[in-house]
Amino acid sequence: MTRKMAETREMTGAQMVVQSLRDQGVTTIFGYPGGAVLPIYDEIFQQSDIQHILVRHEQAAVHAAEGYARSTGRPGVALVTSGPGATNAVTGLTDALMDSIPIIVLTGQVPTFMIGSDAFQEADTVGITRPCTKHNWLVKETDKLSATIHEAFHVATSGRPGPVLIDIPKDVQFATGTYTPKGSRPSLYQPRLKGDAEAIAALVKAMEKAKKPVFYTGGGVINSGPAASRLLRDLVAATGFPITSTLMGLGAYPASGENWLGMLGMHGLYEANMAMHDCDLMINIGARFDDRITGRIDAFSPRSKKAHIDIDASSINKVIRVDIPILGDVAHVLEDLLAAWTARGGVTDREAVARWWDQIRDWRAIDCLRFEQSGPVIRPQYALSRLEVLTKAHDRYICTEVGQHQMWAAQYLGFDAPNRWMTSGGLGTMGYGFPASIGVQLAHPDALVINVAGEASWLMNMQEMGTAVQYRLPVKQFILNNERLGMVRQWQELLHGERYSHSWSESLPDFVKLAEAFGAKGIRCSDPETLDDAIMEMITHPGPVIFDCLVAKHENCFPMIPSGKAHNEMLLGEASTKGAIGAGGAVMV
Amino acid sequence: MSALKIKKGSTSHSAYNLRDTHSSVEERHTLAIVVENEPGVLARVIGLFSGRGYNIESLTVAEIDHSGHRSRMTIVTRGTPHVIDQIEAQLGRIVPVHEVIDLTAEGPAVERELGLFKVAGKGDARVEALRLADIFRANVVDSTLESFVFEITGTSEKIDAFAELMRPLGLREVARTGVAALSRGAAAKH
Repeated sequence: MTRKMAETREMTGAQMVVQSLRDQGVTTIFGYPGGAVLPIYDEIFQQSDIQHILVRHEQAAVHAAEGYARSTGRPGVALVTSGPGATNAVTGLTDALMDSIPIIVLTGQVPTFMIGSDAFQEADTVGITRPCTKHNWLVKETDKLSATIHEAFHVATSGRPGPVLIDIPKDVQFATGTYTPKGSRPSLYQPRLKGDAEAIAALVKAMEKAKKPVFYTGGGVINSGPAASRLLRDLVAATGFPITSTLMGLGAYPASGENWLGMLGMHGLYEANMAMHDCDLMINIGARFDDRITGRIDAFSPRSKKAHIDIDASSINKVIRVDIPILGDVAHVLEDLLAAWTARGGVTDREAVARWWDQIRDWRAIDCLRFEQSGPVIRPQYALSRLEVLTKAHDRYICTEVGQHQMWAAQYLGFDAPNRWMTSGGLGTMGYGFPASIGVQLAHPDALVINVAGEASWLMNMQEMGTAVQYRLPVKQFILNNERLGMVRQWQELLHGERYSHSWSESLPDFVKLAEAFGAKGIRCSDPETLDDAIMEMITHPGPVIFDCLVAKHENCFPMIPSGKAHNEMLLGEASTKGAIGAGGAVMV
Repeated sequence: MSALKIKKGSTSHSAYNLRDTHSSVEERHTLAIVVENEPGVLARVIGLFSGRGYNIESLTVAEIDHSGHRSRMTIVTRGTPHVIDQIEAQLGRIVPVHEVIDLTAEGPAVERELGLFKVAGKGDARVEALRLADIFRANVVDSTLESFVFEITGTSEKIDAFAELMRPLGLREVARTGVAALSRGAAAKH
């Protein structure tokens, strides 16, 4: 080693943070400074490879990193200070853990010699975040810092992805140590990617014999990468089997595809849920039998043989016992599956599958998403249908908040590619969508990024208007404003005798003025006749927009599988809701 | 990391088809967990049990390979076969966990626990305590004119039995280590 090289490998901990991120190919980070991260911010100030985006709340930094990660497939990075900075990041970490999103959160910590002394802005960050990260580290020696950061990127992105956190005491940032370059130490964490050949062979045989098969796909397909979505499309086209997806998996198979049944689950499409209930072979690819999907467990798809492809062994047989478990990465398994099935002649029971499609067409004929826009008030379904029509041709990314609008967006917007749909699925985090849209827009500066929101969710992180305006991010905040916590209100109507306890707000802001106060554009629309023009005005405006779409106040979200009920007990509309949820269902979430 | 234990040639059944996974009868299982000896690893394992509502009957942990930074935990837990399988899979997800070995499922194993018993008394009771300790092959590791501290090693059941016998003879204090276990035979599990 030359003397010069040896010198460049010696650096401060703060320099190591920046150098490690650079080596990992990071170009954008989201953060908020504070006392315990000042040395790192000082280094950020003195370089230009990595762009730092100043959010207005640490929760938003983490959601923005999630949006960045989900829309690119690359890990997102957030940097926050100790104590309150770290605790504010907890919701975002939990959100990323539930949805398996690869993010790296760097937190400042009080200096090592003050840890445990209840110092100013001290919190037991690794203790607090242990259950809401895939893994976390407290780095007490500068010499170990860069290797830990590289390991953190590896852990976050390998196997089932997830959030990781590195807690860095301030004295470790100041002290000098030796930099360990990326890849110089192989990680011990090496999840298995290839599926068991015998299990795959068993699935091939089941596919050959299946009379009523269905693919049930999830976020694992998208997390596995673009190859997985490509292979999934090949497999569906080759077999001719119908396919449905969870909320997390939308876009892996195109909504415009021939075999698409639409989303399944609590607010999924009638034909998708009925197909799940009546199928004789269910092929779960990268989904986890979440309770929003299964409904009543003991009545879930009672007559099917079930296969489950998942990279996480703990997801297999956790909720639903399966007949053919395949532990592995979706892309690896699908490649082997397609090859094995083709090698045996690519056989399916074509006649039986054709009859299955006839049945599915009968279910489809119910047209469960049908609605009529009549009268002077915009129905939320209409607003989203128009948004879909008017934005479909664009290079479009959709985020959502959580609630009725989220389900309507999943039902009425179509996704033809993966990584285009960012929504908080597992944790159901109100306030996710707006900061996520900021992360997405930074990753895709020229794209049309829309956050479909409810007014209540949106207010939870509205401070991020400051971020959007400061960085000139033309994110479109499409707020379906019913002046209600719509999903809470819907459950109170169905379950709690129409006692609407605290599910509305009596003092909503004027969203147009709010936009203007931040230096952005506000648009209000309450008339179905002018909706198209207003949406076009939003799309064509070059900056951030708050679109206040005043919609029907008491619309319910259908179809709906009431909690505690099976897939074939869906409610299709208002007429079927009387006494639909029993006492047993009422205790469930 | 943890691999599903898929039995060869029987992939049409459950991944955990080594035994009946549909049983609702609770079983006692002894798990050996080989972990990277790093700060917080014990908290991760314990947090998993409390966070997901699993039982711990006993837990022991100590470093077993100083240069290799390995520690071994032995956890005795109780649950239905489905819960036991979940515990093993969830443990396998923890990044610094290298291996999870279900000693109960994988064949014969030896389990030992160490107990220390302080027994105070005079006269016949004192003589009887010493006599019983001899039968149980317990060692006297401390003695005064009116007390003994016995050291006993064996299965948990043996130590339970010894405790029952000592109770009427002046048992004052007990300390137990919890179970440590190894599989029988020459094969090493890790």
